Amino acid sequence: MEQLSPDPERQLQPAPQEPLGGPDAVLEAAAGEEAEGAGPQDSGGDAMAENNFWLKKIEISVSEAEKRTGRNAMNMQETYTAYLIETRSVEHADGQSVLTDSLWRRYSEFELLRNYLLVYYPHIVVPPLPEKRAEFVWHKLSADNMDPDFVERRRIGLENFLLRVASHPILCRDKIFYLFLTQEGNWKETVNETGFQLKADSRLKALNATFRVKNPDKRFTEIKHYSDELQSVISHLLRVRARVADRLYGVYKVHGNYGRVFSEWSAIEKEMGDGLQSAGHHMDVYASSIDDILEDEEHYADQLKEYLFYAEALRAVCRKHELMQYDLEMAAQDLASKKQQCEELATGTVRTFSLKGMTTKLFGQETPEQREARIKVLEEQINEGEQQLKSKNLEGREFVKNAWADIERFKDQKNRDLKEALISYAVMQISMCKKGIQVWTNAKECFSKM
Amino acid sequence: MEDERRARSAQPRAGEIPGGGAPLPGSRGSPGLLRVDVLDLDEDEDDLEVFSKDASLIDMNSFSPMMPTSPLSMINQVKFEDEPELKDLFITVDEPESHVTTIETFITYKVITKTSRGEFDSSEFEVRRRYQDFLWLKGKLEDAHPTLIIPPLPEKFIVKGMVERFNDDFIETRRKALHKFLNRIADHPTLTFNEDFKVFLTAQAWELSSHKKQGPGLLTRMGQTVRAVASSMRGVKNRPEEFMEINNFIEIFSQKINLIDKISQRIYKEERDYLDEMKEYGPIHILWSASEEDVVDTLKGVATCIEQCCKATEKRMSGLSESLLPIVHEYVLYSDTLMGVMKRRDQIQAELDSKVEALTYKKADTDLLTEEIGKLEDKVECANNALKADWERWKQNMQNDIKSAFTDVAEENVHYYEQCLAAWESFLTSQTDLNLEEHSEDKL
Repeated sequence: MEQLSPDPERQLQPAPQEPLGGPDAVLEAAAGEEAEGAGPQDSGGDAMAENNFWLKKIEISVSEAEKRTGRNAMNMQETYTAYLIETRSVEHADGQSVLTDSLWRRYSEFELLRNYLLVYYPHIVVPPLPEKRAEFVWHKLSADNMDPDFVERRRIGLENFLLRVASHPILCRDKIFYLFLTQEGNWKETVNETGFQLKADSRLKALNATFRVKNPDKRFTEIKHYSDELQSVISHLLRVRARVADRLYGVYKVHGNYGRVFSEWSAIEKEMGDGLQSAGHHMDVYASSIDDILEDEEHYADQLKEYLFYAEALRAVCRKHELMQYDLEMAAQDLASKKQQCEELATGTVRTFSLKGMTTKLFGQETPEQREARIKVLEEQINEGEQQLKSKNLEGREFVKNAWADIERFKDQKNRDLKEALISYAVMQISMCKKGIQVWTNAKECFSKM
Repeated sequence: MEDERRARSAQPRAGEIPGGGAPLPGSRGSPGLLRVDVLDLDEDEDDLEVFSKDASLIDMNSFSPMMPTSPLSMINQVKFEDEPELKDLFITVDEPESHVTTIETFITYKVITKTSRGEFDSSEFEVRRRYQDFLWLKGKLEDAHPTLIIPPLPEKFIVKGMVERFNDDFIETRRKALHKFLNRIADHPTLTFNEDFKVFLTAQAWELSSHKKQGPGLLTRMGQTVRAVASSMRGVKNRPEEFMEINNFIEIFSQKINLIDKISQRIYKEERDYLDEMKEYGPIHILWSASEEDVVDTLKGVATCIEQCCKATEKRMSGLSESLLPIVHEYVLYSDTLMGVMKRRDQIQAELDSKVEALTYKKADTDLLTEEIGKLEDKVECANNALKADWERWKQNMQNDIKSAFTDVAEENVHYYEQCLAAWESFLTSQTDLNLEEHSEDKL
């Protein structure tokens, strides 16, 4: 059984759970849900936080992306993209916003922030980052991290991440998060100084490690199962969607060839020439319309991807519960065995095997003093163990309570977001159909006038 | 003479000018067929002899297109016009059947003819024909009318992507093309009265076999081939301007129609691939809905929309394969035919040119040559006029066919998008209605 460090996680929480902007100022988180996946700079909107007792609104936006070169840890030249984060506070009275902070961060710093949050808030379903590398690409879309479209979508994803954190009732009050938005230099050092990396439970990283837990909370088992299903089904969906996009691209683009050939053919036709030529033009329009259509669809895919990664975060919370439950059960087991040993020593009956007992049998009884000493040690250990078990139990119940509350919050958010995403997908399809009707109606007119 | 001609051939078509003689200038209303004597001077001569002596000049079996007299300008007025209202020959090609013998396996098609024409012994005929028979017919028509545009036959075999010669799609495509072939002949003002065509439609199997064996066709064809080779070596120096234009058109048309054929086939393939992926895409949403509680209806709704789009895609694809693809492909084959017709015209002219050349150098008996040249000049005139008239007819038909095929495709596409739109809009409405319901419930 692993020996836990004497500091339970509670002591690792950052000392000041200060709201942003100072002791008296309060924070009203900007809406995350409205802005996600939508237009690039749209980060404003009303607060989604249920408890509407904040006085000052802030707006967060990741407004720019810039290519930079620098030297990395091994003193080698590298190219990376930096993102500009702007924070504005909104005065309630006139609704005007004032730029309060502006700094540049790169993707790895976002990762650092998230890893920190994962360690310090294991009971929270921590919002995910946009993917590190482009996956589920259909062939025309670049898988290159430096590709401007990818960078643009990542910028939106990072903004979405910050908005999600800022609108989370607990996470938004974290000091490190606050410093991420306000303190450009030295932030990395500050995070590392919290020593969070040491506290990270390496056992959780091993996703496949099984702790044989006897009495997990059934709700968490169900949620873990759900998170697996969600991951699997969304991956499948994204894969097939990418293939559908590929095929659709093919259908549209081949029609573009008609444009060229009709135009060439029209040169030798007298009566048919004009009709052919203008029909050909419409074929070109049709063929080029697919680019925008699929670009829009990519945003839909990003919305789904967010929940693909959210599923992982959900799973992590369940794993944490399992781990805590496992440790609890191990501690209880250990305590029970010590109690039994103690009892046997006191009454003289040997029911449990112990090396000491064996040697005693073989080499003769121990002295009453020796036995007394041993009982005393055991009694101390039992006391300690009981305290620990008590606090572990308390911890466990706290965890379950808080985690379940966040899971409920997450479920509501997920249902809203997925519904909205699917509806926006329908809207995209409708727009595509309308464009198709228009272009083919025009083409039909040209053909019928030939 | 005319009586004999009439007796031998069909009853004159309605509106036809009964006597010989030049067409009257204002006679646009008359059908395109006119019988004009070749040589008005030789009224005493037995027409049959004239015909039989110069078999290559005038076909014994069908009415020839306008024969020139003076003035030549009148020729341009005459057009071949199809008259669907007067259609009196209806042909269908149906019921492919497989026949197995010790030597070979082949397919026959049932050819049903319904007609009100007097020259047919009955009003309904049903015969079985195989691809070879169609080939034979085409050859005979080409022999009889070297400068008319004979409709194309579907290819002998399609090498690309064919596993076995007789798979269902191949047979069906071929059947439709053969049906088209016969109907195009029936609609052609000259070809429709061809005797071999009649035999093809009406004769029983053994009758057809024996008919095939007779006739000078084979020899003339061979003779022509020899001459063709000889003259093609010399090339055509004096191809008239109008035929240069036509040739130019044919070259470019051929290029473009081939490209359009490729593009259209490719579109069909891409649509099929798209359909396959969509068929997998929809059900994933159903699968997902099984693990959700709240979003079930939305997910199922999306799956339904995708399914409806799949159905619409299938319909669009079948529209493409039924209307556009066969027409475009037929015109690909037509473009080969056209090039052949142009070549044959050039050959006929080359014959004349070589004789004229010979005369210039006084290589042989001048009198004989002059006589031959006279005949050849008429032959060239004849061939050119036939071609020109048929060319105009062909061009008109092509424009109509292309126009209607592409208009249909556009219509299919509009319909496709309308169906998809309806599906998604109805889904959206149901979702917004639900939302309103939920909100009003919350307020209660």
